[in-house]
Amino acid sequence: MSVAILRRGDVLIASIQSDLSDTEVVELRQELAELVGRHRLRGIVIDVGALDVIDSFVTRALRTIVLTARLLGAATVIVGLAPDVAIAMVQFRLNLKPLRVALDLDEALAMLDRLNQRGAEDGG
Amino acid sequence: MADEVRVRIDNDADLVTARAEGRAMAERLGFPRPDPTLIATAISEIARNIVTHAGRGEIILARFEDANRYGIVVTAVDEGPGIRDVEAALRDDVSGRGGLGLGLPGARRLMDDFELKSDAETGTTVTMRKWRYRDELARLREERRGRA
Amino acid sequence: MDEERRPSNSDALTREQTEDRASESPEARPREEAGDRSADSSSGADQLLQELVAYLRENRTKLREEWAQRISDAELLQVMSDEEIFSEATEVYDNYMDALETGSIENLQTYARELSERIIPRGVETDEVLGIVLLLRDALARSLFARYQEDLGLLNRILDSYEPAANRIAVTVGVSFVEERERVIHEQQEAIRELSTPVLQVRDRLLILPIIGVLDTARARQLTEQLLGAIRDNRATVVVIDITGVATIDRTVANHLVQTVEASRLMGARTILTGLSPDIAQTLVDLGVDLGMMKTVGDLQGGLEEAERLAGYRAADASDTET
Repeated sequence: MSVAILRRGDVLIASIQSDLSDTEVVELRQELAELVGRHRLRGIVIDVGALDVIDSFVTRALRTIVLTARLLGAATVIVGLAPDVAIAMVQFRLNLKPLRVALDLDEALAMLDRLNQRGAEDGG
Repeated sequence: MADEVRVRIDNDADLVTARAEGRAMAERLGFPRPDPTLIATAISEIARNIVTHAGRGEIILARFEDANRYGIVVTAVDEGPGIRDVEAALRDDVSGRGGLGLGLPGARRLMDDFELKSDAETGTTVTMRKWRYRDELARLREERRGRA
Repeated sequence: MDEERRPSNSDALTREQTEDRASESPEARPREEAGDRSADSSSGADQLLQELVAYLRENRTKLREEWAQRISDAELLQVMSDEEIFSEATEVYDNYMDALETGSIENLQTYARELSERIIPRGVETDEVLGIVLLLRDALARSLFARYQEDLGLLNRILDSYEPAANRIAVTVGVSFVEERERVIHEQQEAIRELSTPVLQVRDRLLILPIIGVLDTARARQLTEQLLGAIRDNRATVVVIDITGVATIDRTVANHLVQTVEASRLMGARTILTGLSPDIAQTLVDLGVDLGMMKTVGDLQGGLEEAERLAGYRAADASDTET
């Protein structure tokens, strides 16, 4: 597949390896939802570094993943956005409201930890 | 360099090709970063509309140049049902929900020129252009001409 | 060699046409001549051109000497030594002959560009380059006057062939030189632009981008690429953009700056803008910028402290109130 998914503890790390067709995007969405539900994960990190185009369709799909994962108890962080893609998304004015972003995997995991701690404090 | 590249759009896998070809031509023409990405993104939007609303169509990539500028012309053609409310399709909604979900206002923001023709009989044609001055001097020359 | 033949259809053939005919390579000519009434005159003109070029080539040494003398009398190319002038002059002369003979200016353009590349760093000016080409033109014309002075009719025909070709050569050399100069200036501008927006890594994960001077669209675009690339390469989570050194920016550039901040955010880096002048602050407000999204601090010092807090180097606590 064009996406490599591995599980590290209760975090899912999805690495997109190449440009995805719309069908593959939808497949990814479904797979992630399924995995989060099955393993009771608390976080997803999606590395979009290999995507050199992120348009409205992909953005909508990412938003759907974030919202679905949230319902299932997991936070999602997008990492690895390439400079040119970031510029394109800003100029396009793609709405990225619910999306959390981090610079790289390390930062994303740290962010998920912080969210988890905060969650534990609130809930505990 | 080929003056024109045509990509048939029949399904969503063709969008990957259209994006790649658009990027490749932009880079060959000498567009500096981030333009190839902007162009590929705009192509992605209008090519997807073909798949979603017309089923099939074509993306035509062509170069254009004049004395002081070089650029790319992207045309998306389909014989689908057409867009009834062209104005709404192009409306740049501040809330981000405008444009009938067709991504056209966004694509327009990424390009320099943008034209949309659509009706029920003939279908839809979107023509977009992005161009650059060859260099600072060409830009100055154009500005001087404008003032004169 | 048809000195007795009068130019036929001289009204039909304008000067330009004569030049065009003369410009065609000998191989191309026969095709055009078939059934062409003006063929006689064109082949005549072409032959004259060949003849005068042969003559000028024969007398190369003498004419080059005369030309060099004119150059030195006019006090041109003083930055170059006599040996250099001699060697360049020889090449120019030979290229000039080729261009006259073939009518093709492509080789001449290439040579002129290479020559310009050599002499521009030496400090040779545009007026000198134009000057020496015109002096060569004059020296050659004079020798043609001398040679053909007995037959004014023939001299006129010779000049009809020579002048347009010689003028084309002068224009080609001049334009090539000027274009090369412009290219060099442009290159230097690019280099200055790059040097003048250095992105500095002050701490792990913390970048500063101090901008000084005029911020126009071209510079803003380059700045964005540099900054976003630096964020990725240096794995920066906080960026301080200091515009203390920028007095004013137009709406387009201000918009560009805002987009840069937004793009940095998408890459996972927070941006702090410092050193805003009142003028720039007003521009941002007028633009309707989402100021809640953009963090601004009055001066660079304050901005750095805030950045260190954001990057986790300082505790965000009561010490804030001290600033």
